[in-house]
Amino acid sequence: MNMKTPLKMLAVAMLSAFSAHSQTLPNVSLKDIEGNAVETASLVQEEGPTVFCFWATWCSPCKRELNNYAELYEDWVDETGVKIVAVSIDDQRSVNRVAPYVNSVGWEYEILLDPNRDFARALNVQNVPHTFVVDGEGNVVWSHNNYADGDEFELYEELLKLAE
Amino acid sequence: MMRAVEVKAAALLAWGLALGINPAQAQFGQEAEAPSISGNVAILWQSYAEDSLIGAVVPPAQTGYNAFANLRYNQGNFSAGVRYESYLNALLGFPGRFKGSGLGYRFARYADPDKGVDVTVGNFYDQFGSGLVFRSYEERLLGIDNAMDGFRVILKPLDGIQVKLIYGKQRFDFEDGLVNGPGVVRAVDLESDLNALLAGWAEKKTKVSLGGSFVSKFQPGTSFNVDSLVLAMPQNVGSWSARLNLLRKGWTAGVEYAGKINDPSADNGFTYRNGEAFLATLGYSQKGLGVLLTAKMVDNMSYRSDRDLRLFDLPINYIPAVTQQHTYNLAATLYPYATVITGETSASAEVFYTIPKGSRLGGKYGTKLSASFAAANSLDTTHYASDQVESVIYGYERNSWGPGDELYVRDFNFTASRKLNKTWKVKYAFYHFDFNTLTTPVTTDYKGIVNANIHVLETQWKVKPKQSLRTEFQGLWVGEDAEHPGDLQDKGHWATVLAEYTWSPHWFASVLDQYNFGNNDPEKRVHYVYAAAGYINGPHRLSLGYGKRREGIFCVGGVCRAVPASNGFEMTFTSSF
Repeated sequence: MNMKTPLKMLAVAMLSAFSAHSQTLPNVSLKDIEGNAVETASLVQEEGPTVFCFWATWCSPCKRELNNYAELYEDWVDETGVKIVAVSIDDQRSVNRVAPYVNSVGWEYEILLDPNRDFARALNVQNVPHTFVVDGEGNVVWSHNNYADGDEFELYEELLKLAE
Repeated sequence: MMRAVEVKAAALLAWGLALGINPAQAQFGQEAEAPSISGNVAILWQSYAEDSLIGAVVPPAQTGYNAFANLRYNQGNFSAGVRYESYLNALLGFPGRFKGSGLGYRFARYADPDKGVDVTVGNFYDQFGSGLVFRSYEERLLGIDNAMDGFRVILKPLDGIQVKLIYGKQRFDFEDGLVNGPGVVRAVDLESDLNALLAGWAEKKTKVSLGGSFVSKFQPGTSFNVDSLVLAMPQNVGSWSARLNLLRKGWTAGVEYAGKINDPSADNGFTYRNGEAFLATLGYSQKGLGVLLTAKMVDNMSYRSDRDLRLFDLPINYIPAVTQQHTYNLAATLYPYATVITGETSASAEVFYTIPKGSRLGGKYGTKLSASFAAANSLDTTHYASDQVESVIYGYERNSWGPGDELYVRDFNFTASRKLNKTWKVKYAFYHFDFNTLTTPVTTDYKGIVNANIHVLETQWKVKPKQSLRTEFQGLWVGEDAEHPGDLQDKGHWATVLAEYTWSPHWFASVLDQYNFGNNDPEKRVHYVYAAAGYINGPHRLSLGYGKRREGIFCVGGVCRAVPASNGFEMTFTSSF
């Protein structure tokens, strides 16, 4: 058997499966910083957008992003009904730093721990920060793999579209 | 050439996909969930030019090229995926033995959370507890990947009980496809969340979870001789761990203990001591304040599915370093510490505090402070005299869990950051390291303790709402070389300047200059200038860079790898869909 056959089978199977369909948020079982088991799909709000931000305690742009959103979060919630979920990909070296850091800076987000990167892998995250906006049906409608100051304007516009 | 096992796996996957895809075939008239396909691509390309001053060499292929593409299929509870990889040839700094193109990862998985069943066939990553006895993971940018290849079953028979069963081999190499190591890894983990399991505990304020693991590896081996002794090679080596985690209103506490039976290996000089490790953490946090204490002892805990390998190859377990992964260039890449897995006693303490906004000290927006101290020493041991049989068989005995005489690392650091007004932010960081380059060989230029002080000033100026300029000024000063008075330790003093301009949401440009102004050799007082620019569009990102990279340690997350000096162009493209 040469190598082409299984690859061809795979390609055919995948192509025939393809429909113009945006990715739905994968359901992965994680823990939050209070130790509760959380199914990621259960965090998607039916009313209003849900934002998933992948970050780590060792990632400076990630912390800049989430600290900047924190200043705007109350207004965003009022105007768009958004919920932000910050998913830490810290591994065992730093996962215990997540709760002390988050509480010290006072983020009001839901915080998930993904030390094995199951959720990150299911969403094809390669590096952090990576931010996803999910609509009320659980479809990923927008994502951005970077953070620079000012990116919150683009995110805010996406949130407004979903809030309409 | 593709290996038979991969052909089979890929065929199996294609078959699984073919079964899963057609909504019309949904059984029993249930409405099938819509299938979806997603994935990502990463391409890293680099050209090399010679620069004898910094030690940059040109490999025979003149360029390096690593590429990865993941394709993932999802339908309801079923998912499957493959990763195609290319190393044509591998970038310098990656394991040079990675060669060619092919499938490096493939899996099919069925997970039904309602019934508590989750089965994976093929490759997977997983971790038990804090990883002291089992962790398979990847850091693709470092070429680190010890993915399991086999079967994993996760069952949740009762609320609050989870059992994991794992059988497989581990990824070791890449030669036109995945190459596994020789050993077999078998593992079981049981975790219990007592608040969900026990009647009446659901409402308790204290949350308790317990876990236990057993891991066994098999690798064929034959007896060997040392002097007149004939020593049998253990072919099956077991390890186990038990853990307890408590959580109550801002407090967290965790302990884990791991043991391992005799496991002669290249890491421990083929001796027969049992291994042990102990890890404890205590944390407290409330709004504005966070504190974390950790203690860790490690004795002979190298555990690999090939006893002859070292460093990054085929680890079964993972023992994190006690120090933080720093983010600023000079603090992160010159003296990063890694656990000495053969033996170490370490502890750390860290405090985060935010001075409230509006207060006299905190200013209008508040001020964020953090301080941390980490220390690691050798274990407190006594070596057997070299004429004793015990010296050959066990090497040493441990006197206590306390620290031994040899310093491995001290790391103290402090940061303060503050938003001054709508357009300016400023951050200051100070680090002091005492770093033993004999036990953590991050440099070939100096053997001994390096004493380094680092100061960093970072500023950010919001030029316009969507444009900002970020700068970093960093300096690293080392102590005097005790053996060569008048000389400085290692490579001497360094300075780094970084300027980065961003136009949200699409563009960035940056210039980095690392200047080794204090090198003992005036010829080597070199500027390493590197410029980069990039374009980002949602999940797609392209960046181009040109310049000199110094020889050093490149870290992602908690893991670091040495990369050689280089001089040339770099292109990186990442995308997900």
